[in-house]
Amino acid sequence: MSSKLAKIEKRTAYLLILPSVLLVFSIILFPIFSNIWISFKYVELKDLRIPEPRAKKLVKSIKDNPNQIKIIYKLRNSSLTQEITNVKFKDKYPDNIEPISLNNKCQFKSNLLKCELGNWPKKYRENLEIIFQNTNNQEISKKELKSYKPKLSGKSQNILLTYEFTLNNFKKVIKDKAFIDLLSTTFYYTFFGTIGAIVFGILAAQMVNQKFFGRTFMRSVLLFPYVAPVVALAYTWELLLDPTSGTLNNLLINYQIIDGPINLLGQKYVTLNILGFDFKLRLALTTVIIFEIWRYFPLAFLFILARLQAVPKELYEAADVDGANPIQKFLNITLPQILAVISILFMIRFIWNFNKFEDIFLLTGGASGTRTLPINVYQQGFSIGDIGMGSAVSIVIVVFLLIFMFIYFKLLGKRADEN
Amino acid sequence: MKIKNIFTYCFISSLFLFSLICIWKILVTLQGIELTNFNFNKLFIFGIILCAISLLIGKKLNLNIKIILLALLFSIFDYFISTNLPIWYSFGIFLISLFFFNNIKDYDKNFLSKNHSSQKLFFNFLTLFGITLFSFVILFPFYMMLVTSFKTQTLLLLNPLDFSINFAQGLPELFKSYFIVFKDYNFGRYMLTSTIVSLGTVIITLIFAIPAAYAVARLNFFGKNFLSTSILIIYLFPAIVLVIPLYTIFSQLGLRNSIEGLLIVYTATTLPVAIYMLQGYFKSIPKELEEAGIIDGQNWLGIIFKIILPLSLPAISSVALYVFMIAWNEFLFSLMFLDRPNTFTLSRAIQFLNVGAETPRQYLMAGSVVVTLPILIIFVYFEKYLVSGLTAGSVKG
Repeated sequence: MSSKLAKIEKRTAYLLILPSVLLVFSIILFPIFSNIWISFKYVELKDLRIPEPRAKKLVKSIKDNPNQIKIIYKLRNSSLTQEITNVKFKDKYPDNIEPISLNNKCQFKSNLLKCELGNWPKKYRENLEIIFQNTNNQEISKKELKSYKPKLSGKSQNILLTYEFTLNNFKKVIKDKAFIDLLSTTFYYTFFGTIGAIVFGILAAQMVNQKFFGRTFMRSVLLFPYVAPVVALAYTWELLLDPTSGTLNNLLINYQIIDGPINLLGQKYVTLNILGFDFKLRLALTTVIIFEIWRYFPLAFLFILARLQAVPKELYEAADVDGANPIQKFLNITLPQILAVISILFMIRFIWNFNKFEDIFLLTGGASGTRTLPINVYQQGFSIGDIGMGSAVSIVIVVFLLIFMFIYFKLLGKRADEN
Repeated sequence: MKIKNIFTYCFISSLFLFSLICIWKILVTLQGIELTNFNFNKLFIFGIILCAISLLIGKKLNLNIKIILLALLFSIFDYFISTNLPIWYSFGIFLISLFFFNNIKDYDKNFLSKNHSSQKLFFNFLTLFGITLFSFVILFPFYMMLVTSFKTQTLLLLNPLDFSINFAQGLPELFKSYFIVFKDYNFGRYMLTSTIVSLGTVIITLIFAIPAAYAVARLNFFGKNFLSTSILIIYLFPAIVLVIPLYTIFSQLGLRNSIEGLLIVYTATTLPVAIYMLQGYFKSIPKELEEAGIIDGQNWLGIIFKIILPLSLPAISSVALYVFMIAWNEFLFSLMFLDRPNTFTLSRAIQFLNVGAETPRQYLMAGSVVVTLPILIIFVYFEKYLVSGLTAGSVKG
């Protein structure tokens, strides 16, 4: 009896999870694997359109003979790169109409015109002309003839499904002189974006953890940048930072802090003079990182605040009795308590910042030294139009991602052991 | 009492007061009023003097009288060193100094002789200043977005610092950009598409996720542990690695430029987190309730509908709101899959506006307000649910 129940339970369980598993498999897992497939192929954006045999039907009346009519089919292969094999043609005709003569490719049977048009090479064009007559010697209505549309079918090789593979994409990715630069930009962006978000998250959480008027309101406000759509925020920042009519530059010039406008999003390097040393700062990248921090520190804030509120008050009271100063209290009580949260946050944010696409894409489009790996996927795949290259770059991302995930789950496991 | 403490107290306090005044002055400048100097030297030294006076008076005077007196002194001083400024500017200075002196009213000789008083002082001010600065830095872009949408192109180019709203021009003139955005740029349609896509994603995700989450939380089956860990791993895979294969597949299937295609992708990408969040909540529901249901002769469907669902409404609401937010804000897939304006979502439409030739910025900002406002209203109104959603789904963003 119980084993029967267990069987039913099992079956129900599979039934309940099946739809979700299928969907996730086809939209997430399958694409990840097909990425590997595509990355070993030479595929361009324009190859993605499946070649289609097409026909345009023209109906022409014949002078002095209303009982006959000329039909011209303008046939063509829609693809500029691939051939279509075994093209078949089908068109329907009204009753009492018959072709006068037919070439050997075509047949006419019970109102249906069927043709075997063979193989069409790329860019193929041909006109098929057939004269029809009415068997009852009546006038043929053009309108009726036009209302039928020819149907064509043919086999074409789908470039994605061939077994031709190449290593060129990966060779190109790795041999590219900009690859090292690409990697370093990505890591620079990821690392400083993550650290910055966590530092500001800690600061904000410390502030909001104290009692003051308007605290709940403050907590909502701090989450605004994270909740609002990235498109709106990125464009607002773009206007804010604009060199000529942007608010920030005008404000700084107005208060005589800078002499001339700075193109914060369009300038690759800025040379700073600190203590007599010239120091090159990647300006656009720094601006993008600041946007990143601005947008994602709320998340760190939310987590750290939740953790801070769980720290027992007695710890601080005991420290007060011992005469600890605020810095000591922070270093010796608060920090150890939030360290676990911070390390998890760091890993999660690191993974996500590594894959961040929208923010940079909307702010700079990857120009002025802000091209990261995800931006490169887009540029290779859609700006240059080399789908295979784009795929190869995403494989590089996936490899890094797997390494990070491995570390992350190790970390999670270690934490679970400690508790 | 240490001299060093008095000195740090005066220095830090005056610096804090000056920073507050600076923020106020920046805000005033942004109202189109000409103000080109922070007057650092004069204000800073006068601030130090007033802080010292406040310390000397201590509690000898009624505290309320003390703060009003000092604030008045400060505002009058500021009034004399700055010229040609409206009265509301000085009133603002008065309120800020009132707030400031109220904060330092309790400090006297006794406080300064205590241990770590200067550090405590420093952190108190840092907190206050931090709150002001954080609010300013966060709210300013939103404020700018809103005000820019109320302006005209000529006004914006004439004085990029003028962020005042001219209410005298009448409402139709004020909301002109919005009328244009909705009428000429078709934003009504995009808004409808966005709403349909977001609500659709929420509904389909819930239909898929609730049974699956229930199975993972409650039923025993082979591969359960594997499934629950893979949910998390799948969730960590970013959209950017899915984009190329999905683009190729969708192009060939003719699913690009269709709302259905977008719905499928959004549902699949939000499904893992929805299952993850829901199963956690389902586990917390006492098993006895379900057993009672089984005894009453309910089948699994009945248990889910009559027992689990009513009990987990809060969790379902937070999943729904979180998924709605993700779908509403989503950009990458809408950029990839939609290139015909009749299928655009709001995010895609705004990006299209920006790329398109020379769209005036007030229209761009009006569009941005249109896409931002609904989500912020939902967030403020349902904050409790959304925050728990954000916390649980925080691995993504």
